[in-house]
Amino acid sequence: MAILEIKNLKKSFGKTEVLKDISFSMEKGEAVSIIGSSGSGKTTFLRCINFLEKADSGTILLNGNEIFNGENKHTMSSADIRKNQLNFGFVFQQFNLFPQYNVLENVTLAPRLLAKERPDFKTNKKAIYKEIEENALSLLEKAGLKEKINNYPCQLSGGQQQRVAIVRALALNPEIMLFDEPTSALDPELTNEVLNIIKDLVDKDMTMIIVTHEMNFAKNVSDRVVFMDDGYIVEEGSPDEIFTNPKSERLKEFLSNTKV
Amino acid sequence: MFITVTLSLLEGLWTTFKIFSLTLLMALPLGLIISLGSMSKIKVIKWPIKTLIWVIRGTPLMLQLIVFGFGPGLLGIDGMSTFVAVMIAFVLNYACYFSEIYRGGIEGIPKGQYEAGTVLGLTKTQIFFKIVLMQVIKRIIPPMSNEFLTLVKDTSLANTIMIYEITWNAKRFMNSAHILWPLFYSGLFYLAFCGILTLLFGYIEKKLDYYKG
Ligand SMILES: Nc1ncnc2c1ncn2[C@@H]1O[C@H](COP(=O)(O)OP(=O)(O)OP(=O)(O)O)[C@@H](O)[C@H]1O
Ligand SMILES: [Mg+2]
Repeated sequence: MAILEIKNLKKSFGKTEVLKDISFSMEKGEAVSIIGSSGSGKTTFLRCINFLEKADSGTILLNGNEIFNGENKHTMSSADIRKNQLNFGFVFQQFNLFPQYNVLENVTLAPRLLAKERPDFKTNKKAIYKEIEENALSLLEKAGLKEKINNYPCQLSGGQQQRVAIVRALALNPEIMLFDEPTSALDPELTNEVLNIIKDLVDKDMTMIIVTHEMNFAKNVSDRVVFMDDGYIVEEGSPDEIFTNPKSERLKEFLSNTKV
Repeated sequence: MFITVTLSLLEGLWTTFKIFSLTLLMALPLGLIISLGSMSKIKVIKWPIKTLIWVIRGTPLMLQLIVFGFGPGLLGIDGMSTFVAVMIAFVLNYACYFSEIYRGGIEGIPKGQYEAGTVLGLTKTQIFFKIVLMQVIKRIIPPMSNEFLTLVKDTSLANTIMIYEITWNAKRFMNSAHILWPLFYSGLFYLAFCGILTLLFGYIEKKLDYYKG
């Protein structure tokens, strides 16, 4: 069964139709890259999946359970939205770290607050916090950030900040990671240190969708590539099919304007 | 004479200090409530509050003091002490100014901070208190320090409705003993008061300097 299944998703901002009719599904452990020209709706699609934007119509199923249905989008409780949001980890182009917290605090803030909702929180507080911290430290170490745990975001390079942001999302054990152009705000020489972390996650069979302009990454690392254009998914397939054997005119044109 | 004047001014300083600190104590939280109201999406909350802010910021504090000081008496309401009237006028006035500072601070926080909190499963309240508030505080320290200094000096307006703060006491010597120097001397008290505040704000700014943004 598909881990994520999206049917007929539509979204407009005012009169601008941004997502026109998107259907998409993915399996557990799959890494899907989304490519497409600027303004084609990639970010909006990703934001609709985890409710940063509310789609106008369509359905979203996670592990077969309906987590969104355009029919009753107005009656969704904010508690339900919040619960469903936690199935996804989201990484922003602009990192969005919390400037007043150091690296370790950025990573542990949300898990610590969420732990308060556990029934055993009062009796087990110390052990729970310790476990959260250990988990954060081990994730930070794997991301090569062990020396930086006491630094503040303003003291880090863009690449380091984005790695912290990735760790921060991972610390909540999401089922699916969503990346929105995680390297677009970085200098070229810092891009690889972030892509390598994402590649590690792919190797560990993390389920993820990554919107990217890094064609080499889409080609070499992802299991499947989706090409979006003007609010539609125009073509999808294995990296080979997409990059060496594109079918649609729009994709051919897009690829000829993009260096791979 | 010098000692008499000093003692009298110190007594006035105590009143000044009381107005100053009670105003802050009440106007700082009230200002936050007013600012949240002025940013509300609900029109019946937003517009009355915006109007209130406009009226309070658009009229002299001295006039407001007179309205609250003599208004109740004219309306036949007795028993409200002049000090209470002064406090109402100061708290309302400063809460409105603070609310605009808060609003600027809150609206200046990038949308990405809220979104990052949201995707990490934080509730709206947690986002406000754990993420936004600290950043707002850092941003509003410089304009707040201005308001604090203005408040120190504005307390002297309270003498228009017969509150015996420093300036009143200094003027009293001018009228009774026909000497001017207590008035200049009182200036030193304000200077010292503001000096301490400036140092305090400098210290806080330094404390918050460990991060940018
Ligand atoms: N909040 C919004 N309000 C109004 N219009 C929006 C909003 N967000 C996005 N849009 C519009 O929707 C369209 C698609 O935007 P989106 O950000 O999804 O594109 P994208 O494929 O991610 O582009 P890019 O590669 O530049 O990031 C654009 O025309 C954009 O102007
Ligand atoms: Mg985008």
